[in-house]
Amino acid sequence: MSSILFFIAAIGVIAGAIGVVTFSNPFYSVLALVGHLLSLAILFLLLRAEFVAAAQVVVYAGAVMVLYVFVVAYVGGEEQSLNGTLTRRSRSRGADGRKPTGALFAGALLVELLIALLGSGLKAVEGAGAPYAPGPTTFGTPAYIGNLLLTRFLIVFEASSLLLLIAAVGGVVLARRRGGLDDDDERDRLTPLDLLRPRGTGTMVEGVEGLALAHARGTADFEDDDSGAHGGGW
Amino acid sequence: MSIGWYLAVSAIVFCTGAFGVMTRRNPLVVLLCLELMLNGANLSLIAFSRMWGNGDGQILAIIVMTVAACEVCIGLGMIVAIHRRRLPIDVDELRELQG
Amino acid sequence: MLFVLGGPRALRANSGDALVSTTTFGWLVLAFPLLGTIVIGAGFKKLPGRSAGWIGTAAIGLAFLAALATLISLQGHAADHRQLVSSLWNYASTVGIDAQMSILVDPLSVFMILVVTGISTTIHLYSVAYMDEDRGFARYFAYLNFFVFSMLLLVLAGNFLLLIVGWAFVGAASYLLISFWYRRSTATKAGIKAFVINVVGDVGLVLGTYFLFKHTGTLDFLKAFKAAPDVFSSGEGDVTAGCLLLLVGAFAKSAQIPLHTWLPDAMEGPTPVSALIHAATMVTAGVYLIARMHPFFELAPAAQDVGAVIGCATLVIAATIAVTQTDIKRVIAYSTMSQIGYMIMGVSVGAYAAGMFHLMTHAFFKALLFMSAGSIIGAMGGEQSLDKMKGFRKAMPFTFACFVIGGLALSGIPPFSGFFSKDEILLVTAERGGWHWALYVFGYIGAFMTAIYTFRMIFRAFYGDPVEQAKELEGGHLYHAPEPTNPANGEVEDTDVGFPGPTHAIAERAMPMRVAMVILAIGAVGAGLVQIPNVDYVIDKFLEPSFAGSALYTVHTRDGLLWFGLALGTLLGLAGIAVAWRIWVKQPSIAVTARTRLRPLYTLFVNKWYFDELIAALIVKPAALAGHFAQNTFERVFVDGAIVGGTSGLVKAGSASVRAVQTGLLRYYAALVVLGVAALGLYFLLQT
Repeated sequence: MSSILFFIAAIGVIAGAIGVVTFSNPFYSVLALVGHLLSLAILFLLLRAEFVAAAQVVVYAGAVMVLYVFVVAYVGGEEQSLNGTLTRRSRSRGADGRKPTGALFAGALLVELLIALLGSGLKAVEGAGAPYAPGPTTFGTPAYIGNLLLTRFLIVFEASSLLLLIAAVGGVVLARRRGGLDDDDERDRLTPLDLLRPRGTGTMVEGVEGLALAHARGTADFEDDDSGAHGGGW
Repeated sequence: MSIGWYLAVSAIVFCTGAFGVMTRRNPLVVLLCLELMLNGANLSLIAFSRMWGNGDGQILAIIVMTVAACEVCIGLGMIVAIHRRRLPIDVDELRELQG
Repeated sequence: MLFVLGGPRALRANSGDALVSTTTFGWLVLAFPLLGTIVIGAGFKKLPGRSAGWIGTAAIGLAFLAALATLISLQGHAADHRQLVSSLWNYASTVGIDAQMSILVDPLSVFMILVVTGISTTIHLYSVAYMDEDRGFARYFAYLNFFVFSMLLLVLAGNFLLLIVGWAFVGAASYLLISFWYRRSTATKAGIKAFVINVVGDVGLVLGTYFLFKHTGTLDFLKAFKAAPDVFSSGEGDVTAGCLLLLVGAFAKSAQIPLHTWLPDAMEGPTPVSALIHAATMVTAGVYLIARMHPFFELAPAAQDVGAVIGCATLVIAATIAVTQTDIKRVIAYSTMSQIGYMIMGVSVGAYAAGMFHLMTHAFFKALLFMSAGSIIGAMGGEQSLDKMKGFRKAMPFTFACFVIGGLALSGIPPFSGFFSKDEILLVTAERGGWHWALYVFGYIGAFMTAIYTFRMIFRAFYGDPVEQAKELEGGHLYHAPEPTNPANGEVEDTDVGFPGPTHAIAERAMPMRVAMVILAIGAVGAGLVQIPNVDYVIDKFLEPSFAGSALYTVHTRDGLLWFGLALGTLLGLAGIAVAWRIWVKQPSIAVTARTRLRPLYTLFVNKWYFDELIAALIVKPAALAGHFAQNTFERVFVDGAIVGGTSGLVKAGSASVRAVQTGLLRYYAALVVLGVAALGLYFLLQT
C-alpha cells in the first residue's frame, strides 16, 4: 500500500521538478513547483515526518509560493523557451552551449549520486529505522519536534528566528520605493560614492571594457571621460 | 520501501534543480530551481532521519525551510528592485560581476 | 729647502722623549687640509666674500708648518730609527689581512709632504687672486684642499690599503678639478678621460698589491719590505708581475707612455690646478711609488728595466711633441711629461735620491712656469694659443722674468736648480753601465730639445711686435675679450657658474700671485744648492734611512763622468737656447721651411704621435661598440623584449585567461559550482 502511494508521490515530485525547469512561462513554473511541493509533503508523511509535511504545505506551498505568484505577476519576466531564443531580444552571449553543458554537469552529478546511493557506496543505508509507536510524543509528531527545538536545538531555533527578522527587514528595504523620485531618475542619481570614486575605476566593467561601453550600460561614472576607452586594456 | 528509493528521488530532484539553475535565463525561474534543490536536500534529510530514528534530520529540514523562505524573500526583493530600475530581468544581461 | 740642524733640540724638554711625537705632527699634516675641505665644503654658503680662499690657504699653510715640525722632529731621532709608524686604529683584521689606519713617517714621506705642502701653499695663494671672480670660488678651494689631503694621504700611507685609498682619492680630486668649469664640454670630456685612464692605473696598483701581498702576507709597508728578500728570490715571476702592475699604476698617474693621453687634455682645468696637480704633485705619485717600493723593484730587475725604458721613451717623445704645440699650456704639459720621464727613469735605475731631487726642483720651476703662463693667458683675455701671443716683454716684465727663470731652470743651465738634478739622474744611469748608455744618450738629446721648446715658447710669447693685447696692457689697460670663448674650440660661452669668471688676473696687478711666484722663483734658483756634486749631498744623506736596505743606493762622489756630464748638459742647454733664439727671434722663416721639409716628422709630432687615435681605435671604439650592442641589441631585444616583456606578457596572458572565467554570467558560475560538487563527489566515490 505504501509502495503505491510512494510511487504516485514520487512521480508527482519528479514531474513537478521537470515542469519547473521546462515551462517557458514563469507562472507555469511556479504552479509546477506548488504541485511538486504537495507531492513532496506526501512523501514526508510516508517517512513519518508529520509536522514537517504540514509545515511544508502551510509554509512553503502556502506562503512562499504565494509570494512567488505575486512577484511573478508584478515583474513577469520574459517568456523564454529552453532553447535560448527570446521573443524580443537577440541572443546574448553564451546563449548557446548552456543547455548541453548544463545537462552534462547535472547528469554527471546525478550519475554519481545514484552510484553512491544504489551502488556500492552508502552501505549502511539499509536500515529499518524506528518502529511505529503511537502516542503524542512519538517520532515525527509536533510535540516531538517542539521538544527537540526547545531543548537540544534551542540556539538553532533562536538563530533562525533572527535570520527571519533580518530577511524581513531586508526584503522591505530592497523593494521599497525611495520617496519623491521618479523611477526613471534613479539610474542617474549621483550618490556620494560616485563622487568619491575616481573616474574610470568605478566598476569592474569600466575597468575591463573602458568607459564608453560601461556608460552605455548605464553604470559608468557621471562625468564623461573623453580620453577615451581603450577597450579592455591592461 | 527501503530508504534507497527516497534517496534516489532526492538525487533526481536535486540534479533537475541544478540543471535548471544552469540553464534558465529568467532569475525568477532560477530561484525556483534553487528551491527545487533545497527540497531535494530536505527529502534526503527526512529520509535519513527516518532511518536513524533520530529527530535531528527533521529539525534540520525545518531550518532549511526557514532559510529557504528568507532567501526567497530577499531574492524576490532584489528582482523587484531590478525591475524598478528598468534593467532587464535576465541573468545574462546582469553582468556586473564580469571581470 | 734648508734644514735646521739645531732644531730637534728645541722640541724636546730634555734629551729623552719629545713633547709632541713625530707621528703626531704627521697626523696634523693630514688633519689640516681635511679640516679645510670640510669647513669650506660645509659652510660655503655662510663664508663671507672670499674667505674660502684664505681658509684654504691657511689650512695648507698650517699643514706646511706641521710638515716642517715633522721634519725637525724626525731629524731628532737616531739615523736608524727614522722610520716611524703610527696607527690610529685597526680597521679590519680578518682573513689574514691586517688593515690599519697607519701612517709611515720616514725621510722619504717627509720629503714628499714638504714638497707637496710647500708648493700647495704657494698655489693656493696664487689661486686666491687668479680665481677671484669665479662663481665657483669656494668649490674650487674645497676641491683643492681635498686634493692636497689625498696626496698627503698617499705619501704618508703606512700600508698598501691607505696608499690605494689616497691614490684613488687623488684621481677623483683630479677629475673634479679638471672638469671644474663643468659647463664646458671639452673640460668634462677631459676630466672623464683623465679619470678613466687613472682607473686603469688603479687596477694595476691593486693587482700589483695583490701579487706582493700573496707572498708577504702583510699590507704594512715596513713589514712587507722586511719580508721581501725572504719570500721572493730575485727575478721570480710573482714579484716581477707585481712590480710590472705597480708600474702600470705609476705610468697612469705620472702620464707615461702609453697611459699619458690624459695629461695634455687635463689642461682644460684652471691654470693653478695644472700647476699643482699636473706639475708638482699628482704626477709625481708614480715616482714616489717606485721609490717607496724599491725593495720589491730591486728584486725584479725586469720591471726596473721596463720602467727605465718607458721613462726614457716618454722623455724623448714628449719633447718632440712639445716642440710643435701651439697651446702654451700644452707645451708646458708635455714638458712635464718629459721631465717625469727623467724621474721615472731615475728611480727605475736606482737613482732614488737623484730622482726625488729632480722631483723637488721640477716642482718649483714647473709650478712657476704654469703660474706665469696663467698670468699671460690672463693678459690675453683667456686666449691660450702661442700663435696669437707676441711681444709681451715690455708689457709684462715680471711675468717675463719668471718665465725666464723657470725656463733656465728647466733647460738645466747652471746655477739654476734643474741643472744639478737632471745631470745627476743621467750620471747614475750611466753608472749602471751596459745598455743604460743608450738611455744616457737619449737623456741628453731630450735635454737639448727641452731647451729648444722651452725658449721657443718664451721667445714667441714675449719677443716680436706686440699684439694688440700687449699694446693695451702697455697703455695700462687689461684686455678684455668682447665675449668669453672656450680657448680649445672657440665656442662662445658666458661667465655663469661652471664657466670661468668674467675677469682675468695678471701677476703684475695681483699681489698674491706675485708673492707666490717670487717664492717659487727663489726655489727654482736656489733649490739646487742643496745637492751640489762634490760639495754637499744633503738630499742623499737625508733620504738614506728610507733606502737603508737598497743595494743600489749609494752616496759617494763620482768624478770623470760627472764633470763631463755637467759640461755636456750646460752646453746642450745653451745650444738649445741659441737655436731657439735664432729661429724664433731672428728668423722665423726657418721654422716654416723646416716644417715643410720635414713634413712627415712634423705631422707625426703635431699629432702627438697618434697615440690618441691609436687608443681610440683600439680601446675606445670597441668599448663604444660593445656599449651600443649592449644597449640596442641585448638590452632592448633580449632583456626588455624577451625577459621583461616575456615574463610580463606571460603573466598578462595568464591573468587574461583566468579573467575569462569571470564572465559575470550567473549561470556560468552556477555551472562551475555544480561541476565542482560533481568532482568532489567523484573523488569521495572513488575513495570508498
